[in-house]
Amino acid sequence: MDLVVAVLFQLVYGIANLALISLGLAIIFGMMRVINLAHGEFLMLGGYTVVVATNAGVNIWVAMLILAPLVVGIIGVIVERLLIRWLYGRMVDTLLATWGLSLLLIGLVTSIFGASTATTISPPLGIIRIGDYSASGYELFLVGVTIALFIAVYATLKLTKLGLVARGTMQNPEMSSALGVSTTRVYMITFGLGAAVTGLAGGLLAPVTGVLPTIGATYIAKAFITVISGGASILAGTASGSVLLGGINGIFSFLTGPTIGEVALLVAAILLLRLMPRGITGRFFRKSL
Amino acid sequence: MNGRDTLRKMRPVFVFALIGVIFMFTAPYVLQLFTIINLTTAIALAVLALSLALVWGFGGILCFGQVAFFGLGAYAYTIAAINFGGSTWAILVAIMVASAFAALLGYFVFFGRVSDVYLGVITLTVTLIFFSLIRRTSGPEYTIGKALMGGFNGITSPPLNLPWDAGSFLFPEHVFYVAMAALILCYVFCGWLVTTHFGRVCVGIRENELRAELLGYDSRLYKLGIFTISAGIAAIGGVLFCNGVGRITPDVFNLYNAALTIIWVIVGGRGTLIGPIVATFGLFYLTSALGGQSLFNNNLVLGIILIFFVLLVPKGLAPTVTDWFTRRRKPRRAAGRRRRAARRTGATEA
Repeated sequence: MDLVVAVLFQLVYGIANLALISLGLAIIFGMMRVINLAHGEFLMLGGYTVVVATNAGVNIWVAMLILAPLVVGIIGVIVERLLIRWLYGRMVDTLLATWGLSLLLIGLVTSIFGASTATTISPPLGIIRIGDYSASGYELFLVGVTIALFIAVYATLKLTKLGLVARGTMQNPEMSSALGVSTTRVYMITFGLGAAVTGLAGGLLAPVTGVLPTIGATYIAKAFITVISGGASILAGTASGSVLLGGINGIFSFLTGPTIGEVALLVAAILLLRLMPRGITGRFFRKSL
Repeated sequence: MNGRDTLRKMRPVFVFALIGVIFMFTAPYVLQLFTIINLTTAIALAVLALSLALVWGFGGILCFGQVAFFGLGAYAYTIAAINFGGSTWAILVAIMVASAFAALLGYFVFFGRVSDVYLGVITLTVTLIFFSLIRRTSGPEYTIGKALMGGFNGITSPPLNLPWDAGSFLFPEHVFYVAMAALILCYVFCGWLVTTHFGRVCVGIRENELRAELLGYDSRLYKLGIFTISAGIAAIGGVLFCNGVGRITPDVFNLYNAALTIIWVIVGGRGTLIGPIVATFGLFYLTSALGGQSLFNNNLVLGIILIFFVLLVPKGLAPTVTDWFTRRRKPRRAAGRRRRAARRTGATEA
């Protein structure tokens, strides 16, 4: 019984982890049709923000929950102004330009902080006991944060004026701008918010994974495959993609080890795309957010 | 298209191939052995660039994971050569493994009608999964036949030998000849392929997929075909690469190398074959030079180059240069025509 609970918890954590790293990418892709190849580097920047801030004496919770999204959000807005806005509607060029940005950010961070791991921080919160087994309290916290983040994004899109305007712009940019919405501003804010969510995720994961200039590469494969399998809707897509792929990854990892788990995740995603080229939400839950 | 027409269209290809042949036979007498060994690696990478130039520039397929086939070819060659005790069949195995994998992956993505941007992301993801998968094989239990996978440290590649004579290994300067010859042959093959009916249909699909389908061509099959062929060429590059370097590590599959391949083609120019090859040599020496200093990080410089080209020189160098020349030559030709026409009319008047 305890084993079942412990394994289930690991499964849920795996799913939440996948959802957490993918949500920022999904926001930017779902709203703006921009695939941000520098997504992994935004996560990395969130992690570095937390490490630098805590080393400077800032409370770790403040650094993770406030500073990381703030810093990366601002970087996101700058990137949108300087780079992305020239390339709207040219998906391939955006993809290539953000890949250049990814290399640029890796190079910049390596020049500043060096290629090796910056001082690591240990995860706060102790361990929790499940009968004979134990689990990390911080992982439980991450699951909670992921759920809270999904609710927050849902509420923003559904209940606020900004959310309404953003959804309108997503559906029909010409009509929105004819009605007096500044679509460029909406895009800028959306990109900034997506970057902020990504920064938050990177900051939260920094104590678990440590930080490296090249750590983005370990995230992006999983994040991309989750978002693409999920399809165009931001929340339902990310959630269904994470549950399916995270579940498969978790089950295979439990049975055979982490290596096969990742391969199973990829194979499942490719099989899924053969059956549903537009992702899960291209076929099911079409009207969802 | 008749034979003479093909030859006429391929004239530039033969010119560049001839330059390559001259270079191949003079370089070992002019350059030092160290430079020759370095060049072998650059040639291997040029073959990789050529394969991407074919599939992206002419097939219109955005393959971000061309290094996957390159690395797969290198690994397949190394493992097969260790097991067979000779390189003759190992080369064939390398090409077959990479092409078969590309055909399988291509079946899922092309027949699933995955759009081009998704395709880029999927191929990139496949590459990164290879990276993390092979990196973890660092235990004595991970063997394929007699070859130990070696995880992060990779495998030492057996050198090429004369066909069907496993005892006589080739020396580095001979590997250079082999590599250069392979590059020239692959280049001429690609140059020929794009003039064939198959190649022109691929270009047609790149330009307008719907129109090509309405004309009765099954675009999925053509895309699968060019994707598989280019994977085979990338595998040849992989075989040369692990011979030039002497070993193969999972690092070939990393994000940096995937990006580098894209940069060669972007800088050289999509839609040409020689552009990416030349760009590869140029950038290979640039990154080597950058490796010798610590002021500017390699990633930083490459990132700036990529952004610069995407924003300001989206066509790449080779097409930009050709455009510039044709624009300069056109007025003169037009003027010549006008002069000739004037002379003719003058003659009739007289």
